[in-house]
Amino acid sequence: MKTIYTMGIDVGSTASKCIILKDGKEIVAKSLVDVGAGTSGPARAISEVLEAAGMKKEDMDYILATGYGRNSLEGVADHQMSELSCHARGAYFLFPNVHTVIDIGGQDVKVVQIENGVMVNFAMNDKCAAGTGRFLDVMARVLEVKVEDLAKLGAESTKNVPISSTCTVFAESEVISQLSQGSDKRDIINGIHHSVASRVVGLANRLGVRDDVVMTGGVAQNGGVVSALQEALGHTIHTSPLTQYNGALGAALYAYQRASR
Amino acid sequence: MAETEKTTVAATEAAPVKKAPKPASPGTQALRKVVSDVYAAAWTAKEKGEPVGWSSSKFPCEIAEALGLAVVYPENQAAGIAAQHDGERMCQAAEELGFDNDICGYARISLAYASGVETTNESRRVPMPDFVLCCNNICNCMTKWYENIARMHNIPLIMIDVPYNNEVTVSDSQVAYMRAQFDDAIHQMEKIAGRKFDEKKFEQACANANRTAKAWLKVCDYLQYKPAPMSGFDLFNHMADVVTARGKTATAEAFELLATELEEHVKNGTTTAPFPEQYRVMFEGIPCWPDLRALFKPLKANGVNVTAVVYAPAFGFVYDDMDSMARAYCKAPNSVCIEQGVEWREGICRDNKVDGVLVHYNRSCKPWSGYMAEMQRRFTKDLGVPCAGFDGDQADPRNFNQAQYETRVQGLVEAMEETKKLKEARA
Repeated sequence: MKTIYTMGIDVGSTASKCIILKDGKEIVAKSLVDVGAGTSGPARAISEVLEAAGMKKEDMDYILATGYGRNSLEGVADHQMSELSCHARGAYFLFPNVHTVIDIGGQDVKVVQIENGVMVNFAMNDKCAAGTGRFLDVMARVLEVKVEDLAKLGAESTKNVPISSTCTVFAESEVISQLSQGSDKRDIINGIHHSVASRVVGLANRLGVRDDVVMTGGVAQNGGVVSALQEALGHTIHTSPLTQYNGALGAALYAYQRASR
Repeated sequence: MAETEKTTVAATEAAPVKKAPKPASPGTQALRKVVSDVYAAAWTAKEKGEPVGWSSSKFPCEIAEALGLAVVYPENQAAGIAAQHDGERMCQAAEELGFDNDICGYARISLAYASGVETTNESRRVPMPDFVLCCNNICNCMTKWYENIARMHNIPLIMIDVPYNNEVTVSDSQVAYMRAQFDDAIHQMEKIAGRKFDEKKFEQACANANRTAKAWLKVCDYLQYKPAPMSGFDLFNHMADVVTARGKTATAEAFELLATELEEHVKNGTTTAPFPEQYRVMFEGIPCWPDLRALFKPLKANGVNVTAVVYAPAFGFVYDDMDSMARAYCKAPNSVCIEQGVEWREGICRDNKVDGVLVHYNRSCKPWSGYMAEMQRRFTKDLGVPCAGFDGDQADPRNFNQAQYETRVQGLVEAMEETKKLKEARA
């Protein structure tokens, strides 16, 4: 039987991710560029993943785009699907018992309900950016730390400094106020993680949470948010080292499904 | 509550149109004329020196009709202004007057207009009011909105207060409370009209309103057919008639004509919807009038027809006498309890065979949007269909984001597809 190569591209608001799959099972290559929709990110991510795989675009049997900027890839991708379905499919590939996916991306939060590996319902945040990756970016900037260091620093906290504002702008003022009062950065970070968790848990409970719960998206790399969310939800949360690629993985899996028809 | 004069979204007047719109059917043309006549009658009355009223959409129109008073409807006016992309400017004008941008977009547009800010939508210009008729069954913001207009113009405010009902049935004491207010309203409006209340004319207005309601419900019921003989979005446009002219014979006749056209479509297996129907959804809430094209685009692209809207049961009320009329006016989307609201919606979802629900979290309408999260949960549990919510606004385009909306619609379509497959596999 002919080998089928498919590519999934996830054009998010803050990053572009690609995955090439062989026969819908084996990850051949992956790429990530830290800029997303409306930038050179998607094209660069595609070039990089092809280069890593030692392949050409023509070698792909099917290309499927997802994410906020999915429609900008018309002419490149064979089909577009929402990131909701793709995150569901990616999570199911990594965790076959998944029933709930929580994805915190750059500018939105999604909770997806899964039956037999497919999305049957979902809830998303409203227009507000609170509880999203962008929220953490803003907080890291105010605290003069790298966003990737938030988890490590938060883990060193000895107490929780509550950040009660749900609005990103007001929370920023609150953090500045805490800093000026001499609060420890690590405690503030802990408070920020809990603030994100409390925002997401409301959305998740609105839809209903059923084990296994899988968290995807860039924010899932932040162990502080994961553990705060775990505590608030009362459910074990599973994550994968491929978390940031999960949408692209789902897209590549859907691409395989379409290519094999 | 939300309504405009336009016919179909595909042929909207709200945005630059590339292709010439399809000619409207005789029924649709008749419905458009009814609304235009309401506006024209108000200008004629003003020119003759007769009083003109501004009324909320669910004030008992039968009273003004019986007294021969010319009345226009700010909700319809605001929807028309918003659909013609003049809503943001009007909202900002109201904000400059001191009205918060958190309050209803219709209210802001209307208050700006009442203060003298002219709209670019010529078809929705109205004479300034000599009295205002407010019934807060539709929302509580309405009370302050109309009080402000009355104060601006130093004119009488005739108020009918409908308390929120936390039970499904309307109690006798509530009916008595309403009746007393009706009597008082009639008394006040007699003074404004300068003539006595005519029982015969009132009976005729009630008969017309009942006939209109029955014809409206008949039109709505055609959405039960698969494929539906029209796009449910058309109902939003036809709401203009239910709001502004349900007490008039011409309205009943126009809806009856539309019903015969739809009957013909059903017989022939044809539809006026501009795309083949693949999915059927309930659209919950008032549409984003300034963004109708953006709202419609992904629905059309995915073959999603709106076959259920809550306006059918909410405005299709039929009554026999003054008491049952009082009961009918107690029931509006925001004055009934969640159990009643769910029953209305789930009833039409079942009858009209929907595959999913698209919920507009309308920044202008907190009472309506506030209980939607719970309603969504019940729809999914009771009906087994996916629901998607999106943020928007009935009149203020600053509260709507097209990209976010498109993702939610695409997600809903994908979830409906998967749910269908699961149901088929189980069958």
